[in-house]
Amino acid sequence: MNKIFASSTILTLGALALSGCTDNNAAATSDGSISVVSTAEACKVSSNSADGGTLKFNVKNEGSAVTEFYLLAEDGQRIVGEVENIGPGVSRDLVVMAPAGKYFTACKPGMVGDGIRADFAINEGGDGTEVSADRASLQKTATDQYAAYVKDQTEQLVRGTEKFADAFAAGDEQLAKSLYAPTRMHWERIEPVAESFGDLDPILDAREADLEKGDEFTGWHRAEKDLWAATGKDKMSKAERTKIAEGMVKNTKELYDRTQKLQFTTDQLANGAKSLLDEVATGKVTGEEETFSHTDLWDFQANVEGAKIAYQDLQPLLAESDSALDEQLKKKFAALQKQLDAYRMGDGFVYYQELSDAQVKELASGVDALSEPLSKLTAAVVK
Amino acid sequence: MVDERNDQTGAEAGAGAKINRRFLLSSMGIGGAGIALGALGHKAYAQTNQVAALEDQVGFYGEHQSGIVTEAQDRMHTAAFDVQAETRAELIELLKVWTSAIAQMMQGAPVGQTGALDGSYDAPPEDTGEAIGLSASRLSVTVGFGRTLFSKDGKSRFGLEGKLPAALIELPHFRGDMIEEQRSNGDLIVQACADDPQVAVHAIRNLARLAFGTANVRWSQIGFGRTSKTSTVQSTPRNLFGFKDGTNNILAEEAEDLDKHVWVGTGGTDQPWLVGGSYMVTRRIRMHIETWDRSTLGEQENLVGRLKGTGAPLSGGDEFTTPDFAMAGSAGPIIPKDSHMAVVHPSTHGGARMLRRGFNYTDGSDGLGRLDAGLFFIAFMNDVRTHFVPIQQAMSANDAMTEYLRNTSSGLFAIPPGVREGEYLGQGLFEG
Repeated sequence: MNKIFASSTILTLGALALSGCTDNNAAATSDGSISVVSTAEACKVSSNSADGGTLKFNVKNEGSAVTEFYLLAEDGQRIVGEVENIGPGVSRDLVVMAPAGKYFTACKPGMVGDGIRADFAINEGGDGTEVSADRASLQKTATDQYAAYVKDQTEQLVRGTEKFADAFAAGDEQLAKSLYAPTRMHWERIEPVAESFGDLDPILDAREADLEKGDEFTGWHRAEKDLWAATGKDKMSKAERTKIAEGMVKNTKELYDRTQKLQFTTDQLANGAKSLLDEVATGKVTGEEETFSHTDLWDFQANVEGAKIAYQDLQPLLAESDSALDEQLKKKFAALQKQLDAYRMGDGFVYYQELSDAQVKELASGVDALSEPLSKLTAAVVK
Repeated sequence: MVDERNDQTGAEAGAGAKINRRFLLSSMGIGGAGIALGALGHKAYAQTNQVAALEDQVGFYGEHQSGIVTEAQDRMHTAAFDVQAETRAELIELLKVWTSAIAQMMQGAPVGQTGALDGSYDAPPEDTGEAIGLSASRLSVTVGFGRTLFSKDGKSRFGLEGKLPAALIELPHFRGDMIEEQRSNGDLIVQACADDPQVAVHAIRNLARLAFGTANVRWSQIGFGRTSKTSTVQSTPRNLFGFKDGTNNILAEEAEDLDKHVWVGTGGTDQPWLVGGSYMVTRRIRMHIETWDRSTLGEQENLVGRLKGTGAPLSGGDEFTTPDFAMAGSAGPIIPKDSHMAVVHPSTHGGARMLRRGFNYTDGSDGLGRLDAGLFFIAFMNDVRTHFVPIQQAMSANDAMTEYLRNTSSGLFAIPPGVREGEYLGQGLFEG
């Protein structure tokens, strides 16, 4: 189960620097980063100003409680950059792109109150990087767009699941089979979000091997097994099918309700995109997701589409912070799509078991070629 | 070559090593390196080499088998066997032959009466020869019995009715398991560990050879690097996720915890023959190392619950600081509830501890451009029902790290106690 979106595991920023810095005077470090030492009483920042562009704060927690560090805008409210969850004795970096202006630094030992604040100025000039007046608003646009996408996909998933469930319960196998893969694509496009609900994911999307003795086998893959099972003797009764169908509709509606309230952070979008490609690499390109229907390429396509949406939402941020990576991702997304297009058939794709070993290997290489640069997206967009 | 550092010339070193291995075989079972070399009359030579040779040897005889609390060696070759012989006598004969061969090899000696070179010119050598010139390399060999040795297809085997320990269960299917039956379980298990990989492979190879006609290899696994420390003198190694592994392992020096968690005691089993023994769990855990390598350092540390560099818990301190699972973080505990450490920590399992002794492995690639690599998990404990099973159930249900793991083989074996000179491995099972 994917926990990318589970809030308890998320660090907004979390590049650990083992600088070995134990200097209580918070001297500037050799790589030009600004040193910050956070204790229960103090927030020592090695400099109260810096040149505009990309700034790096190395924050060392020398207190005994968990601390946070913020760069706040002139109004003292808006967060320009933050590092949370800095444990006792731990150092973490905050890398942030910010234009010239007046700011505040703030340490928040114990994670309560307004924090220990100090004025901080960013000067003109710097490294020559053009920084948008407000990257935070670009981030908000990106995450709002993605939230809207998740809403839209879950709406379509609910409608599609209802149709599928009706056909399945009624015993209209032909219709149910034709709806199976296209409907699941709505799930697969937002898979890391859907999977973040640890109670709903197993009852909607678990494969048989994901269960242990005593667990009930329900959801999409239970229906899949029934529809594509080789012989008639294992077929479910109408009552059993109805129960599975009703559960799918009920739980998908619950998923819908919960996703309406979701808000995202920039790093969640980027990590989610990486995670979608992980899903392709470990489940789809190996043909293990759809054991009976062999419709893995539908899921593959949907995972890639979901990752591409997240990337496109983040693209304005990325274009500014790392245009080379932006170019690379654009190319690799297109290249992988071209590979997938070669297996299109009718409204869908060829079945997984029709692929030769060599074709599977080629697809896997394409996935790796995109996944590797995609894994660099988070660090580039959270700045 | 261990002898080399004590010798004056390279030529002597070569000769010394040869004499050592070849001479030892004739004194097998009664003497050690000291007697063997002393008999040569090169007293000074013997004294210096005795120290080196013994430092490089793990004792075979004792209350417990070697390879459990033995300071974890760097390499491992483990093989499971299926017994094809039908009679109890043949099985006992195999265990006797293995006992004698293991005793020889653990002293750095070749197998058999004539070793690799001194047999008939018209016969294949008794020992396969690839360990000529190598030291014992702290070889340990651990032998155990799988559930299927006692009964198979509902039928009792080898007259072992009533001898199956209640704790030698069939391990259940855990969530997400992708177990390949042909590389799982088995009637017999042989774990060979050494600091030199060639010595470990030599041991398995020669034991497999001695078994032909009685038992054959069901599966085998090589591990190239230890992932646990089992003694205070060892540092904590890293697994293929790049994190320190086994920080909180039971160590050889913790006698009380060994009795409590590892050794089967008189009151802890329905089978007296197993007292002084243990249970061994084997799990081949493939790691999705490519997708892991693409995850952020922040995610990696939150999945593990520890810092990658020092191994300290996310709640602070150093590697051996007790984790503070209650310490609040920015969103939930700073050590996430679904981190590996939080899920498997003894404090969440009634204090249950296992002696872990696993190894990193790579078995080539998977045909999709990825390494088939991971952790060959080995753990010893005195009851899987209170130790491994509940911990693995919790892990498969709640541990976020399982996203990057795939369990491909599984095994459980009863490890009989150690042997005294003149006895054979597992003797208590047949003659108790």
